[in-house]
Amino acid sequence: MSEKPGWKHIPPAGLILEAGNAEDYKTGDWRTERPVIDREKCTNCLICWINCPDLSIIVENGEFKEFDLDHCKGCGICATVCPRKAIHMESER
Amino acid sequence: MQRSMPLNGDDSAAYAMRQIDPDVVAAYPITPQTELMQNFAQFHADGDVRTELITVESEHSAMSACVGASAAGGRVMTATSSQGLALMWEILYIAASYRLPIAMNVINRALSGPINIHCDHSDSMGSRDTGWLQIYGENPQEAYDNTIQAVRIAEHMDLRLPVMCMQDGFITSHAVERVDMLEDEVVQEFVGEFEPQYPLLDLENPVTYGPLDLYDYFFEHKMQQIDAMSRAEKVVREIGKEYEKISGRSYQMLETFGMEDAETAVIVLSSTAGTTRSTVKDLREQGKKVGMVKIRCFRPFPTDELIDVLKGVKVVGTLDRSDGLGAYGAPLFNETRNTLYDEDEKPDVVDYVFGLGGRDIGKREITDVYSQLEKIASTGEVERRISYLGVRE
Repeated sequence: MSEKPGWKHIPPAGLILEAGNAEDYKTGDWRTERPVIDREKCTNCLICWINCPDLSIIVENGEFKEFDLDHCKGCGICATVCPRKAIHMESER
Repeated sequence: MQRSMPLNGDDSAAYAMRQIDPDVVAAYPITPQTELMQNFAQFHADGDVRTELITVESEHSAMSACVGASAAGGRVMTATSSQGLALMWEILYIAASYRLPIAMNVINRALSGPINIHCDHSDSMGSRDTGWLQIYGENPQEAYDNTIQAVRIAEHMDLRLPVMCMQDGFITSHAVERVDMLEDEVVQEFVGEFEPQYPLLDLENPVTYGPLDLYDYFFEHKMQQIDAMSRAEKVVREIGKEYEKISGRSYQMLETFGMEDAETAVIVLSSTAGTTRSTVKDLREQGKKVGMVKIRCFRPFPTDELIDVLKGVKVVGTLDRSDGLGAYGAPLFNETRNTLYDEDEKPDVVDYVFGLGGRDIGKREITDVYSQLEKIASTGEVERRISYLGVRE
């Protein structure tokens, strides 16, 4: 706690004065299960990318690249919507 | 040049709102506030204000719309009573903690049940710890003056806290008295241009209101609010003085009557101060050393000033128009007794709960209170610390 700024040094009322800084807030450690992809089955349809509520499907050149595990909360929507069952959830433990 | 008109408290507050001409008003009608909003809606319909008037489906929505409009960057006002204030509850805290300078008239009315439309202070006393400033007005004149000052107090850069102005339901809100009113231009100049802070509509500087705030920052944000409230007394005094310059009417944290050499005193809020003042006049003519303290600003509570004005007083009776069921005495008693606790020489304090659900109180009852205080002063014995005035057994 000691390294965090005190009440005299932060914006009032819990306001966030910087746009787009949700990226700085790592929510990956909320996860109890992580998504795992079977690249053999993946057809890069990107339905997981459309449905991910946390923008945690990283796409490069129109193809699935990786999961953003710093922000993925492990909700499992990607695994549920994948038409090829290419994604499954594994326990973090 | 001031204009005098016969107005009730709802009218005078609505008239002040017309002169302030806020950017947004979101409200829902409830007795006895209805006439205030009806009047303001008429001003709106007649094109006398530029206000965006949002008629909502509940007080919860009214206060929510006020929060949104204030965060967007507008000067925002509303009004309510009783159940309406209760329905606003969770949003009252949000308005205060987001530091939104909303000004609201609360026309005091008992909270159900059983259902009742008449005056007591249980509605606003329940919201005394929400982070809003609370100013209690005695009559339609004060309802008018407080409404104008509330805008300036709330918007003061040292505060940015919402303010609620109370007046007694029906007793003040529906009883016509002479009200002296400032010219529109004078009020406009006094309230000035609204200076938004971190407005959502400033597209060049986007901000987020209301993000998740857990154990690592919530306490710090609450501390900022506590710090702002600690500056409120100074601001209330400053604005009061400034307002006196344009109106000739003086407004402080509290008002005293006959306190110079008083041995017994009554502390009271709102319209009952008028009845008490008149009682004090009568008793003083009989040579009794009695006085009255009217608390104008209940939040923040004028701790130091109250200690000061009660110096030398032997017994104090607090007149509470709400009860603190299960607490040791009602709110005004609690604040007063707590305030005096650390003083070496302090008056005895006894509590009189009165007027619940609009039960009338007159000079006879208040005279009786002063006799009881006098008896305690002479015998030094308190038979009953907390009594209930005018209730049938």
